Amino acid sequence: MSDNTITFTIDGKEVQGVPGQKIMEAADAAGVYIPRLCHHKDLPPRGHCRLCVVKVDGRPKSSCTIPIEDGMQVENDTEELNEHRRMVLEMMFVEGNHFCPSCESSGNCELQAEGYRLGMITPTLPYIESHREMDATHPDIFVNRDLCILCGRCVRASAIQDGKTVFAFEGRGIHKVITVNAEHGLGETLMDVADAAASVCPTGCLHTKRLGYTIPVGQRKYDHRPIGSDIEQAAH
Amino acid sequence: MSKPTIATGHFTGCFGCHMSLLDIDERILQLTELVEFDKSPINDKKRFDRMVDIGLIEGGCSNDENVEFLQMFRDNCKTLVAVGACALTGGVPAMRNTVPLRECLEEAFLSGPSVVDGIIPNDPDLPVLLDRVYPAHEVVKIDYFLPGCPPSADAIWAAVVALLEGREPTLDYELLKYD
Ligand code: SF4
Ligand code: SF4
Ligand code: SF4
Ligand code: FES
Repeated sequence: MSDNTITFTIDGKEVQGVPGQKIMEAADAAGVYIPRLCHHKDLPPRGHCRLCVVKVDGRPKSSCTIPIEDGMQVENDTEELNEHRRMVLEMMFVEGNHFCPSCESSGNCELQAEGYRLGMITPTLPYIESHREMDATHPDIFVNRDLCILCGRCVRASAIQDGKTVFAFEGRGIHKVITVNAEHGLGETLMDVADAAASVCPTGCLHTKRLGYTIPVGQRKYDHRPIGSDIEQAAH
Repeated sequence: MSKPTIATGHFTGCFGCHMSLLDIDERILQLTELVEFDKSPINDKKRFDRMVDIGLIEGGCSNDENVEFLQMFRDNCKTLVAVGACALTGGVPAMRNTVPLRECLEEAFLSGPSVVDGIIPNDPDLPVLLDRVYPAHEVVKIDYFLPGCPPSADAIWAAVVALLEGREPTLDYELLKYD
């Protein structure tokens, strides 16, 4: 074993990583999936969504942002943490207007897929029935703000990968929404459907027009295999 | 020993969940061996006259009649299962919840593009609409939820069989769907 190896455990299983790696990165490499929504492998982590919270030596921490250390004991797939995660998901569902039967992203949506993986049966909290402004001004992309979970992936992808800063957050707390860098909507920005930002949204909020319902039920991304299966299988 | 009894009820939904129940195909014969259907649109029995073991309800509550009937189901079913997105979240009918009721009625009956000499229906025999569409569990206590729009025949079958065998209904990955 070289000096550069860090050894720690996830749910009692020994995992190795290299200095600077985040818990989630090292877990991915070892074939251990930690549920996530705001993190995307091509973007820097931000720790917005709290779905990836694990316990590190007994204390809750977001695994996408916390670096690994020798000997740390990480709890991930425990009933307590999964119960917290289901509640985080429920809150996301009722904060937006997530009615999957009428959503073009259904079957390919990461928010929904985390619900399936973690066994969230249905949101039981009351829907707050938000009514956020929809933006259809772009010829190729819809912004259906009611489905936004404020993960910030589009903000990061646009700034870092596309070099355009098309998206930003506006407002605080429950009034926080995703906004675009133009007065009259996305159509006025430099946004192009080929941009990285157009395909990073984990929900149906940023959606490419004319692609809805093109994949039949039974062939959609998460119809048969849970989100994270690729990570779990890659290591075997 | 007499067979366990099942009632099914239809509220603000599209009957798709009932169609999915019928979609269990020849297993329906097995089901009639296992249980006796009580009050249900399937046999058109209108009233409860005894306690029923399992109640399956489709649809949320959009009017006062829904609320009254849902309470009747709760009072007469030992185990009450909300079936389908409409019962669980209000579903498609609840899309009206983000628009005030008066605006919905005006759009449908007065100012809609195909309306001629419109009037908002107000016959006293009509059920009174609620301010919003309510999921079943916001009106009565629900024991189990069966998601889907509709839940697949396999999901309904798995849940009903589990209940009949005295187990908690759990859904395998491919049967847990919100759409
Ligand atoms: S964005 Fe995802 S979770 Fe939300 S309604 Fe669409 S499919 Fe369902
Ligand atoms: S639009 Fe999509 S990618 Fe952007 S913050 Fe909202 S959910 Fe995240
Ligand atoms: S859940 Fe879907 S299938 Fe069932 S009643 Fe509602 S709209 Fe119809
Ligand atoms: S994935 Fe870590 S906080 Fe969202």
